[in-house]
Amino acid sequence: MKAPLSWIKEYVDLPAELGIEEITERLTMLGLKLEAIETSGAGIEGPLVVGQVLTAEKEPQKNGKVINWCSVDVGDANGTGEPQGIVCGAHNFGPGDKVVVILPGGVLPGDFRISARKTYGHMSAGMICSARELGLGEEADGIIVLPADAPAPGTDAREVLGLGEEIIEFEINPDRAYALSMRGIARDAALGFDVPFHDPAQIDAPLADGSGYPVRLDDEGCDYFVTRVISGFDPTAPTPEFIKKRLAATGVRSISLAVDVSNYVMMELGQPTHCYDKAKLSGDIVVRRAQEGEKITTLDDVVRVLSEEDLLITDDSGPIGIAGVMGGASTEISETTTEIVVEAAHFDPTTVFRSQKRHKLPSEASKRFERGVDPLLPPAAAERVVELLVEHGGGQAVGVTEVGPTASPETRRPLTTITIPVDLPARIIGLDIDRATVVKSLELVGCDVTVSGESLTATVPTYRVDLTDPYDLVEEVARIVGYDKVPSVLPRRATGSGLTRAQQLRRRIGRALAGAGLVEVVDFPFVGEADFTSLGLPADDPRRNTVKLANPLSSEEPGYTTTLLPGLLKVAARNVSRGQDGVALFETATVAFPVDQAAPIYGVDRRPTTEELEKLLAAIPRQPLHLAVVLAGERTRGGWWGAAETASWADAIDVVRRLGSELGVPVEVASASRAPWHPGRCAVVSVDGVELGHAGELHPNVCKAFGLPARSAAVEIDLDLLISKVPATAAGPVFSTMPVAKEDVALTVPVDVTVAAVEAALREGAGELLETVRLFDVYEGDQVGEGKKSLAFALRFRAPDRTLKAEETAAARDAAVARAAELTGAVQR
Amino acid sequence: MSGPNTDYDPVEVTPLKAEEVEAAREAALAAIDAATSLEELKQARLDHAGDRSPLALANREIGALPPAARKEAGQRVGKARGAVTQALAARQKVLEAEHEARMLVEETVDVTLPTDRVPAGGRHPLTTGADYIADIFVAMGWEVAEGPLIEAEWLNFDALNLGPDHPARTMQDTFWTEPAENHVVLRTHTSPVQARTMLTREAPIYVVCPGRVFRTDEYDATHSPMFHQVEGLAIDTDISMANLKGTLDHFATQMFGEGIVTRFRPSYFPFTEPSAEVDLTCFVCRGAQVIDGVMCRTCKGEGWIEWGGCGIVNPRVLVACGVDPEKYSGFAFGMGIDRTLMFRTGLSDLRTLFEGDVRLTTAFGSEL
Ligand SMILES: [Zn+2]
Repeated sequence: MKAPLSWIKEYVDLPAELGIEEITERLTMLGLKLEAIETSGAGIEGPLVVGQVLTAEKEPQKNGKVINWCSVDVGDANGTGEPQGIVCGAHNFGPGDKVVVILPGGVLPGDFRISARKTYGHMSAGMICSARELGLGEEADGIIVLPADAPAPGTDAREVLGLGEEIIEFEINPDRAYALSMRGIARDAALGFDVPFHDPAQIDAPLADGSGYPVRLDDEGCDYFVTRVISGFDPTAPTPEFIKKRLAATGVRSISLAVDVSNYVMMELGQPTHCYDKAKLSGDIVVRRAQEGEKITTLDDVVRVLSEEDLLITDDSGPIGIAGVMGGASTEISETTTEIVVEAAHFDPTTVFRSQKRHKLPSEASKRFERGVDPLLPPAAAERVVELLVEHGGGQAVGVTEVGPTASPETRRPLTTITIPVDLPARIIGLDIDRATVVKSLELVGCDVTVSGESLTATVPTYRVDLTDPYDLVEEVARIVGYDKVPSVLPRRATGSGLTRAQQLRRRIGRALAGAGLVEVVDFPFVGEADFTSLGLPADDPRRNTVKLANPLSSEEPGYTTTLLPGLLKVAARNVSRGQDGVALFETATVAFPVDQAAPIYGVDRRPTTEELEKLLAAIPRQPLHLAVVLAGERTRGGWWGAAETASWADAIDVVRRLGSELGVPVEVASASRAPWHPGRCAVVSVDGVELGHAGELHPNVCKAFGLPARSAAVEIDLDLLISKVPATAAGPVFSTMPVAKEDVALTVPVDVTVAAVEAALREGAGELLETVRLFDVYEGDQVGEGKKSLAFALRFRAPDRTLKAEETAAARDAAVARAAELTGAVQR
Repeated sequence: MSGPNTDYDPVEVTPLKAEEVEAAREAALAAIDAATSLEELKQARLDHAGDRSPLALANREIGALPPAARKEAGQRVGKARGAVTQALAARQKVLEAEHEARMLVEETVDVTLPTDRVPAGGRHPLTTGADYIADIFVAMGWEVAEGPLIEAEWLNFDALNLGPDHPARTMQDTFWTEPAENHVVLRTHTSPVQARTMLTREAPIYVVCPGRVFRTDEYDATHSPMFHQVEGLAIDTDISMANLKGTLDHFATQMFGEGIVTRFRPSYFPFTEPSAEVDLTCFVCRGAQVIDGVMCRTCKGEGWIEWGGCGIVNPRVLVACGVDPEKYSGFAFGMGIDRTLMFRTGLSDLRTLFEGDVRLTTAFGSEL
C-alpha cells in the first residue's frame, strides 16, 4: 500500500516539525510496517524549469527520423533571457505549448547529466522532458505538455509537477484492512501522535429517496447496496492533475475520469465502488448467485465461466459484474457515456475471496472486500464519487437508492461488543497497565468503552471489522502502549526431562557416522519415474508408489520419495564431478509411503475426540526415518603409507555393523538380492530377525546411470526400526582374567557355504570355553580344489575360573571343527 | 672344577695373591671403563666377570685353601668381584642410555607428513545448528517436539486458526498431495507440531521444534522450496508477552553472543494474537548501524535484522487443541534455521546448504 504523505496529512493534524522518518517509525510500531519511502522526482538535480515553445521546425534526417529544432522560452533561467535552442524527437506538442525543460548542468534520474551538445546539426542546449525521463511513469508517448495556465517560462517546474512528494509504502497485514486507505492510515497516525483526526467519510450524503438506479438483493452475500445516478456527464472531461498525481503515487494507472475517481475514493476511504454506463443497463440491478455454467466477459475482456458460488451483479441482460471482484465489459463506461450509475456496496468477505481465487482475479477491490470493509461506508463513498464526478465531469446527481439490511439502523447488525477482564491486557502483555490506560487505548482506536467492576466492554466501530475476540483488544492496547515497552522476563523454569532416548540416539548415530569419515548432506525429497528407472527398480516395486504432489516444482519429479538413494547418488555424482576422488556421504531423512485414506477436516470450536484424532493421524502417510549411505571412489587416500583403497561392498556393510556396535545392537547380515544393489554383493541387515534394510555394492548399471565410479557401494536402512531395537539399558559384561588359549583352524568348505554359517557352527561346537572366533584368511585356488575354499579361523578360549589345560583347549577345538564338519561339510586342512 | 688341593701351600696359590687380585680388579675396571658400546661392554663382562675370568678362577681356588686362609682370601676376592659387578652395572646403564638416545635420534621422522588416510567426516551444519538451538532450550528445561513433514491439512491450517477461507492461507504457497480430497499437505511451517503437542500433552508445555518445511517458492540464493524452521511453544498459567520477550532475548544472546537482543514490532499471524515480528540486533554492527563510518550493509543501517515471528497463542487455537483458554495462556515463536545459520556463519547463498558439496560440511566439522 503506497500513500503520499501529503494525502495522509489532509486528515490528521500532524505537527509540522515531525519528519517522515518519525512518522513511519511510529506507524511501524503501531503495526503499519514501513516497506520503503520514495520521493517522486528523486535523482533530478539542477535547473528543471517551465519552458514555452516558440518555434518548432520539423527536420527530416537521413535515418528517416524527423526531429524538431525548437526555440524555447525559458525566461531568465538560462541566465541570458534568450530563447534556448533544443532538439527534440517527440511530436506531441507545438509552438505555444508549455513544456518541462532541463537545462545544461542538470541531472536526470539514473545520473544522466545534461550538457549542451552538437546533435543533428544543431547545438542542443538542454532537453524537453517526458514523464519517463523524469522517473514519473513508464508511459513515454511523448513529452509532458503542461496546462496552458501553468506558471510562466523560467519557473521551477518541480512544484508544477508535484515533485518532491514523499510516498510511504506500507506492508499492511491481512487483519488491518482499515489501513488499506488514507482514512485508516491517518486514523492510526492521529492516535499514534495523539492529535486530531478528520474523518473523510464524515460527509453529508443525501438521504435515500429511492430514485437512484433500482436494485434488488436476492442473496445474503450482499447486505448493503447504494446506487447513485449522474446525468449530463461529459465523457471527454479529463482527470484533474491532483487525482492523476495521487493515483500515480499509489501505483494506480490513470484510465478515465470515472474510473480514476472510483479508484481515488477507494484509496481515500477504503471502499471500492463501480461505475456503470446507465444507457447499457437494462432493467433492475439484481444481486444473486450465478447459475452453473453462466458466463460473463469481465473488464479485462476475458470470458469467465461462473460457479454457483459466485455472487453476481446482474441486470436483465445477465451478469454485469462479479461482486467485489471485477465489473463486466458490457456496461463499461466509454467515451460516449453521459449517464452514470455509481455502485457502492458491501459484500460477504468469504464470497469475494472464493470468487477471486476461483477466477484467479485478485484486484484492489477484492483485496479490500475479502479482508473486510467498513459496512457503513457505501453512502459516503457513493457521495464522494458523485461529488468528484460532478465537479470534474459536469452533470448532476439525480437520485439515491439504498437497499439491504445494513441500510437501515433497525435491520442493521448490532455493533460488535467484546467483554474482557480489565486486567487481561496487563496480564497477557506482562506489563503494569492501569485501567485508565486500557480504556484510553481502546477509545483511541474508536471503541466505546464501559467498565463495570472488573470487567470492561468495548463496542467496536464498524471500520474495525478485525476486532472480534478478547485478545484482539489486548493487541490494540499492546500496540498503543508500545511493543517496545514489553519487558524481558524469562518464564518460570520448565521441568522437561531433556532429549528423548530416540533424539539422543539420532545425534549419536550422526556423530558415529561422521566419526567413521562420512559426510552428512541435506537433499530435497522429490522424485520421478526416471529416478526409479535409474535405480533399476522392478515395475512392481512398492518403492515406485509415492505420495504424489498436486503441484510439484517440476513435472519430472512429482513424487515424495520412498528412498533416499536417488537423491544421495546424485549428490555423490555431483561431488565426483566437482573433483572429489572419493566421497562417503550419509543422509538421514524421512521418506513417505502413501496411505489411501482421506484426512478429515474437523471444526475448530472444540478439540477433536480421541477417535477423531486417531482417524486423522491414520490418514497421514507413513513416514519412517531412513539412513542412506553412499561410498564412491577412494575410501582411504593413497600416500606415503601406501596406495588408496577403493570403497567396496564390505565398507558399506561395515557402516551398519559399526552402527550396531555403537548402539549395542547385534546386526545380522545375510545375502540378498535387491535393486539397486549388485545381485551377488547385497546384504540384508536385520536385528532380531527384523529387516532394517540393505547394504552392499551398487549394480554396475546403477553406477553408470548416476555417473558414479564402478564398485560404488550404498546402504539404506530404517533408522526408526534400528533405534527401536536399542536396549534401554546395556548389561555390564562379565569377563575372565584367566590366561587365554589360542587355537587356529583352517577349514575347507564348498564355496557357497557362508562364513557366517561356518562361524556359527564353530561357536556351537566349541561350547562355553570359546571366547571369540575370528576369520583371518580366505583362500580359493589349486591347493583346495575346484568349488572349494579354505577359511582360517582364530579361536580364543578362556575359562572363567582356571588356566585351561592343553587337552581341554584341544578338545573344545576338535568339537568345534566336528560341528562345523557336520553342519557345513567343513574339512580341517 | 678342581677339588681341594691339599698338596699346595695355600699362600703359594698365585691367583689368590693380593697383588694378583688387585691387578685383576684394576684390569677389569679399566676394560669396563674403556668399553664404548654395549657390545664392547659385553666382551669386557665375559673377559673380567665371566666364568673364565681371573677373578672367577681365583674365587674357585678359595675352597682349596686351608680354612684359616679362606676368610681373608674370600674377602679379598669377593670385594674385587663386587667392585667389578658394580662397575659393569654402572657402565651398562650409561651405555644403554647413550644407545637409547642415539636410537631415538635415528628414529626421528618428519611429523608434518600427511596422516589423513581416512578422510574426515562431518555432520551437516543444519543438523548441528538445530541441535545447538535445541540445546539452548533443553538447558532451560524445555523439551524437543516432533511431527511428520507430510501433514494433515487440518493440523497445518485449520487447527491454527487458518480456516479454508483465510486470506493468510494463500500467503503460504502450499504443496498439496493428490488427491486433494485427502486433505494432506507438505507442512508449510513447523506450527502443526504446536497443535500436535497441545493435543497430546497436558499443560504446562514448554517445547521447541526444529524441523523441515516446504513451500512452493522458487529456488534461488535466498529462497528454497525446502527450508528449516524452529518453533517454540510455551503453555502455562500466566504466560505473557514479557515471557516471550525474555525467552527470545535469551535465545538471541545464546545464539549470537552477549549484547544481541530482540525487538518486537506489531504483526499478524492467525495463530497468535497479539502477534509480533521479531528483529534481532544486527550481529555485524552490533546495533551500531555503521562500521568504520560506513553504513552497515547487513542491516542496511537499521541496526536490526528481521529474525522471525511470534506472539501469544490465539485462544481459538487453544480451544481447537483442547487447552482451556480460561486457565492457560501461551506464547509461540518461529524462526528460519537456515537464515539463522547464514547469519551465524556468514554463508551468502542458501543453495549451498542443499546441494550436498562435502566442502560445506567438512568446513564445519561435526559441531557448530
Ligand atoms: Zn548492521
